[in-house]
Amino acid sequence: MQDGVKKFMYVNRRAPYGTVYALEGLEVILIGAAFDQYVSVAFIDDGVFQLKTGQDTGDSDMKNFSPTYRALGDYDVTKLYVEEESLQERGLTRDDLLDLTYEDEDDDYKEKSSIHIVSRAEMAELLEQQDVILNF
Amino acid sequence: MSFQISDKTYETDEEGYLANLSDWNPEVAEFMAKEDDCDLSDPHWEVINFLREYYEEYQIAPAVRVLTKAIGKKLGKDKGNSKYLYELFPYGPAKQACKYAGLPKPTGCV
Amino acid sequence: MLHTVNKSPFEKSSLDTCLRLAKPGSDILLIEDGVYAAAVGTAVEQKIREAVSDHTFYALGPDLKARGIEEARLIDGVKVVGYGEFVDLAAGNERVQAWL
Repeated sequence: MQDGVKKFMYVNRRAPYGTVYALEGLEVILIGAAFDQYVSVAFIDDGVFQLKTGQDTGDSDMKNFSPTYRALGDYDVTKLYVEEESLQERGLTRDDLLDLTYEDEDDDYKEKSSIHIVSRAEMAELLEQQDVILNF
Repeated sequence: MSFQISDKTYETDEEGYLANLSDWNPEVAEFMAKEDDCDLSDPHWEVINFLREYYEEYQIAPAVRVLTKAIGKKLGKDKGNSKYLYELFPYGPAKQACKYAGLPKPTGCV
Repeated sequence: MLHTVNKSPFEKSSLDTCLRLAKPGSDILLIEDGVYAAAVGTAVEQKIREAVSDHTFYALGPDLKARGIEEARLIDGVKVVGYGEFVDLAAGNERVQAWL
């Protein structure tokens, strides 16, 4: 890794609409993306609900920000780790999650999935590897 | 803050960005541009329309480097660079063009 | 009595306390993040299943829709209601207990 580049991980543990944490967290990720650090995002506990497909706030007078997760690839935020046990406890599988992708500049702009389903043990390992962890 | 075109009043924030995205129409862009002594040409509209489409799809106004990359992909390499975009929008392509497009200030604009 | 639960059952104990203290025959309305309890296949599904015979369960439709919880995923016996029926439930019960 280059000098001065740190490993940042954003940890999301809240459902999208009941509190403002998820939206604030997403905005911080997009703003932080300007600093050219090594960035990854973890979705743990109710945070996995942020990535649920089919969100539609048309009847509830709130902003539907789930389309914004699809812009993360444009912002070079391409490593999204979702804890498998959190999905299971909530009756969800990978198929319930948004199809988030990025174009790999180092591999002929091939479209690749940003989402990695990891076990609790792997998530614990990822957390250990970070220089900075920001929680939302 | 607000401004008026014909008989209609448009609410803005303190930096002049439209308060309600749905209030936007091409006249709003023309009006805001005139305030900045800027005449909107087809190349300007190309970027403004691109931004409106981007917002429609992702619900955010893109940061300038994201905009530059995306414009390059959609409209060609000769347009997807800061020089071209800054010539069109000297106050900063993301900020100025987003304003004319009726979008909020770009997310990730520092 | 109408009980409302607006917190995620995976994060707060509001649903548990509600189920522990709601008398049989109560109406229980899940709103906001509380609606996550209404889906099948979750770690809390059994709690709702055991309680549906004693209580009438409702979930607020607009909150389900916002969160992408399809009606096909709901536990049998949970009724989807709109804002108008929420008002009717509140008005039709003598008291409303909001488990925050």
